[in-house]
Amino acid sequence: MSITLLIVQVLNGLQLGLLLFLIAAGLTLVFGVMNFINLAHGVQYMLGAYLAVMFYPGTGNFLAALALALAASLALGLVLEFAVLRHLYDRDHLDQVIATFGIILFLNQGVKFIWGAAPLSLPIPEMFSGSLALMPGLLYPVWRLVIIAAGLATAAALYGVVAYTRVGMLVRAGASNAGMVSALGVDIRRLFMIVFGFGTMLAGFAGIMIAPILSVEPGMGDTILILAFVVIVIGGIGSIRGAFLAALLIGLVDTLGRSFAVDILRLVMAPSPARTVGPAIASMLIYLLMALVLYVRPAGLFPVKGR
Amino acid sequence: MPSGRHFAFADRLRTSSGAELTPILIFAALALLPAAAALAGQGHLISLFMRVMIFAIAALGLDLIVGYGALVSFGHAAFVGLGAYAVGILAAHGINDGFLALAAALLVTTLFAIATGIVSLRTEGVYFIMITLAFGQMAYFTASSLAPYGGDDGLTIHVRNTALGFDLLRHDQALYYVVLASLVGSYLLCRALVASRFGRVFRGARENRIRVETMGFDVFRFQLVAYAISGALGGLSGFLLANATNFVSPAYMSWHRSGELIIMVLLGGMGRLHGAIIGAAAFLLLEQWLSDLTEHWKMIFGPFLVLVVVFARGGLIGLAGELSRKLRRG
Repeated sequence: MSITLLIVQVLNGLQLGLLLFLIAAGLTLVFGVMNFINLAHGVQYMLGAYLAVMFYPGTGNFLAALALALAASLALGLVLEFAVLRHLYDRDHLDQVIATFGIILFLNQGVKFIWGAAPLSLPIPEMFSGSLALMPGLLYPVWRLVIIAAGLATAAALYGVVAYTRVGMLVRAGASNAGMVSALGVDIRRLFMIVFGFGTMLAGFAGIMIAPILSVEPGMGDTILILAFVVIVIGGIGSIRGAFLAALLIGLVDTLGRSFAVDILRLVMAPSPARTVGPAIASMLIYLLMALVLYVRPAGLFPVKGR
Repeated sequence: MPSGRHFAFADRLRTSSGAELTPILIFAALALLPAAAALAGQGHLISLFMRVMIFAIAALGLDLIVGYGALVSFGHAAFVGLGAYAVGILAAHGINDGFLALAAALLVTTLFAIATGIVSLRTEGVYFIMITLAFGQMAYFTASSLAPYGGDDGLTIHVRNTALGFDLLRHDQALYYVVLASLVGSYLLCRALVASRFGRVFRGARENRIRVETMGFDVFRFQLVAYAISGALGGLSGFLLANATNFVSPAYMSWHRSGELIIMVLLGGMGRLHGAIIGAAAFLLLEQWLSDLTEHWKMIFGPFLVLVVVFARGGLIGLAGELSRKLRRG
């Protein structure tokens, strides 16, 4: 286990964490403010990636494809909200789970119907391709650094909006007591729509940014959705700060666990069982972490709901 | 907290006389099915309905905690998968005795339910949904990384389980009746549980946890026991599934499967036990029918689910009840 490898894996962990944050931020707000459990958030991430792939050949420019795909993600999110989700806000969580599960089935299959089941790819933008020498002997892909920077910038912007603007104040108030906000004369439905649209756009943004280094395929949103759920549960539902810290924690623990579990186990057991047990433990690690956090603090690290 | 809408509706229905007759009719039809299928020359129906009954057992277990305790477990496929892996892993080591495999399946799933239940049941509502989902994924990824037992590709079981050395389950017909007996047994067990003092406390906690706790009951323990029983029924279902398909794979535990189990419960009608059986049949038959029509059947099934949720509150049984009431009124 060399120090270079450790730095590379820490950076990879940060990149995964920030990607998770982009997805979890929307999820935790939708959840916190509207008390709505939206399983379809993962397919928004997938759609973002597909839209970028679709717009790229026409524009030939990543930034233009990014802008178009973001706008389209937002539009699709709002259509979904208008057509289906707003009928489910006052239903119990079970109904929301089933209905949004239906939306996942439809959109995963719909993507297969339009683009086929084979994985697609998006080229890395010319100016960000290649690697950067961070240290002598330590090369790191520039695009991953761009993802890290974009994630940090989004987090900072989001913090600014939530902490210092009027809409942000309403969102925070809505997360702690939506009924009271509504009683004070705020159009809560419109607030819901803004939050929802913004959340889907963030998920779409995550999908667009990751598309150049991941294969774009149906169902790619499903795995990341579960990770995002783990993040918001650990962070405390409705808390942006909690989502940010939990996302970094999950990103680092998962990445470092996967790369070093076998090495660490070899210190205490023979190499061959370590190679078998290592990957199994590494894949369980974040769930064990979640179980531990919830055992100590059942409402996550930064609970928001004022009861 | 989830509203009591579905539950109150279910309670009202349970008092009507039809609720007694329907399960008897269902089981009678299932018992006669192999003979009818043989007469009609539709042998494939036996394996299709075997599948329906196997998933109905898991759905029954889920209905026990969702319908009567408002504990929405979104990781229930893990129990089915664990039960199936118990059979597969024992078979990989040359142990084919059915009783041993069944005992292992029940033991593993009960222990997993208790271990995860201790953490999950400390939370409620949405947190419970997410934690059970995460534990389900944990089991899924663990199975995927079990390289000695096939990893992602799964594990083929070369011979069905034997009973004390006898090859009783070799024919589908025999396995069919074993599955049917398991289903009837599970149904009767759940019914007895729900009606018992245990069940009354458990149901009471759904309506008003604080009141039940004030009366001196430790709700957490009641919920944990119910969760363990529910998990063990999932294990029974997995044991039968492994024998029916001669195959186990991590896909049995995917969260889509967990979602499908919830859909079965909701589709039939929650909190009525035989609703879970009707729901499993409706789901799997619809899946079969639609996937024969088009490879893109999920594009039809997805919107169908949304419509069921928005319009058919109370599932198929609720819909039937509503229809008959309208007809009687004229």
